[in-house]
Amino acid sequence: MTDYLKKKQSRRQVLGTLGAGALSASAISSMPGFVRYSQAQTSEPIKLGLQVHRTGIGAAYGRWYSRTTEAAAKFINDNGGINGRPVQVITEDDATDPKRGAEVVEKFESEHKCDVVFGTLFSHVVAGSAPRAGELKQPYFIVSEGTQLAAGGLNRYVMQPGITDVKSQVQSMAPFISKNLGKKVTMVFPDFAFGHDHRDFFSEAIAKQGGEVIAKIAIPPTESSFTKYFPQIPRETEVLYHVMVGPAVLTFVKELGEFFGSSSPAIFGFLDSLEAVDMASPGLEFLEGSYFWEGNPRYAQENQTEYDKFYRNAVGVDENGASVSDANDISTYSHMFGCWETMNIIKAGMEASGYKDVNDRSKLIEAVEAMTTIPASNAHPQGDKIFNGKTHQVFGHQYITQVKNSKLVLAHTTSIEDTFYPDAVDYTTQSF
Amino acid sequence: MRAGENRVWLLHIAVVLVILALHFVLPPYHHGILARVMVLAILAMGYNFAFGYTGLLSLGHALFFGAGMYAMGLGITGLGLSPGIAVLFAIVCSVLVSAIIGSLALRTAGVSLMIVTLMFAQAGWYLILYFGEITRGDEGFVIPQAQRLVAGIDLADSNNRYLIALILFAIVLFTTLKLVRSSFGKALVAIRENEERAKMLGYNVFAYKLGAIIVSGTISGLAGAAYGLLFGYVGATFASVQYSILPLLWVLLGGASTILGPFVGTLFMTYLIDISSEFTEAYLLVAGVILVLLTLFARQGIVGEVKKRFAPWLP
Repeated sequence: MTDYLKKKQSRRQVLGTLGAGALSASAISSMPGFVRYSQAQTSEPIKLGLQVHRTGIGAAYGRWYSRTTEAAAKFINDNGGINGRPVQVITEDDATDPKRGAEVVEKFESEHKCDVVFGTLFSHVVAGSAPRAGELKQPYFIVSEGTQLAAGGLNRYVMQPGITDVKSQVQSMAPFISKNLGKKVTMVFPDFAFGHDHRDFFSEAIAKQGGEVIAKIAIPPTESSFTKYFPQIPRETEVLYHVMVGPAVLTFVKELGEFFGSSSPAIFGFLDSLEAVDMASPGLEFLEGSYFWEGNPRYAQENQTEYDKFYRNAVGVDENGASVSDANDISTYSHMFGCWETMNIIKAGMEASGYKDVNDRSKLIEAVEAMTTIPASNAHPQGDKIFNGKTHQVFGHQYITQVKNSKLVLAHTTSIEDTFYPDAVDYTTQSF
Repeated sequence: MRAGENRVWLLHIAVVLVILALHFVLPPYHHGILARVMVLAILAMGYNFAFGYTGLLSLGHALFFGAGMYAMGLGITGLGLSPGIAVLFAIVCSVLVSAIIGSLALRTAGVSLMIVTLMFAQAGWYLILYFGEITRGDEGFVIPQAQRLVAGIDLADSNNRYLIALILFAIVLFTTLKLVRSSFGKALVAIRENEERAKMLGYNVFAYKLGAIIVSGTISGLAGAAYGLLFGYVGATFASVQYSILPLLWVLLGGASTILGPFVGTLFMTYLIDISSEFTEAYLLVAGVILVLLTLFARQGIVGEVKKRFAPWLP
């Protein structure tokens, strides 16, 4: 983060003000009794293409991304739509596959005539789809956490205004871990890009806090048994940092418990491992007392905000993070808020830019780029955020929870500043 | 004989001309789909050369596809090569990789060959993940639009992409057509039909099969390079096992040991997924049922059945 908050008076700043106004209007319009639907020049719906992982490895996420998006569309439509026009969500399955992802982007553009595309989570699908979005000059709002965007690897049409990236999340954990859990950390991570991001970003962040990563244990992605890796954990380990993903995570935790028994180091993990998994699942008992990063606390906390209460109710999630219609259907609560918030950013951007049709896409991009502070509201229930228009990446609070009685109880909330890092790109310098 | 020869060439020229004509009339979405299908059909044609004409059942062609893609991509982003040179670099790498893998894997045959090639491909996929600092692992990397210019031609432009894909498709189509009708191709078919007899006739079977793997792997590598360059993305997914299975499926659907079968199979499978996904979320089930029915009632594949029933002269 550099000096993007200190702008000269410019068209971008004017748009930023408009954007903030639109965000406020969005928040106000969600109040009971607000008079909805202004007179629009056309009643044609705004078409938003949801690129969703309905099949493939991301299917559990995709199911909840769809539900959250439908709820967000209802929220927006109940409050007057966008520029007085209703929102229509068109969904296509990308099969969590980069080739199909690019095809879906083309389909949204050519077949469905969508105004924007959004919602992609897995970073390889984002990377496979983003070039086509740029070529088609199609605004592409990702909900991915991937670091390629802020690193400058994508293009001006790609934005991530609804969820923080892995680099932010990982580095903001280091102060809490070093102060509360220990300074000698052993990391266990999957041996692919996601795990490597954790390894690299956390190693750097913990060193700045005076700690160190004393062992880095990479697990091959198709591994199904983990006991043989645990002897590599040094005895002087004070904190075990784990970020396993995929169906083998239950085995991982069970075998970890069998290995350590009652004398384990402090344990910290990323909830990515256990999204859509019940914390009371057999085998997870060993995690009792351990800590987790959460993008948004799954369990309704004592200090639950009215915004979270509203959002949780709108999406149909109970206080334990499960579907209100099926207590066994656990949500992906740490990530799916990104769809809700991204939808509301698209609304705010379209209203700030006076978006009418695809000819106004560059105005929409500029309007979003001009956004800065995003206050918590019903439209942004996860918390306050700061958007960096240069890197197209949002920054926000992160949550650390502790497992108590098989529930995740809030232990710490990071500041937004904890998630900042220097800009690596300025997309605003790229032409449309 | 001459008339038959002309008929074969005219048919394949006509197919290329029809695809060229479609360039001017197809709606944008189908235009993009066909460009992608042509590139993937190159992979399928490469696969067909080893499987259909030589009888080498490989489950490792993702390695060749990925090798070409990564050689091209890393050639541009890592070595600073121009796109044209990067594609040539990819072809050279594909020749080397297929020669090495072929010389090792061809010590086995049948099911063993299938398993060995699968293992080599999995090892290649793991290498991509392992050297994530260079390859960006499973996430892959984007080739920026500015680096996708060949002699001033912007490959990010959909018209240019389609025409380049068609040129590459046509080159591979006619090259494989020529090859399978040459003495080399006929020797491969002889090996496929009766390897022991071919040996007795004095053919160096190992050398011929190695030649087939090198041709097959190089064509597959070219497809990988073309895909990465034309669509701007290089990723480990394209070196994963599904890209070993898909070309097998495309070839079986279209018709093994037919020149047009791989293209028809790729086209059919692509639209089967695309269209069925519009009607149901269980589109993979629909696709699976249709594939089973095709396998039961059109065992030679689509073009293979046409060849069997109506046009035995089809190559």
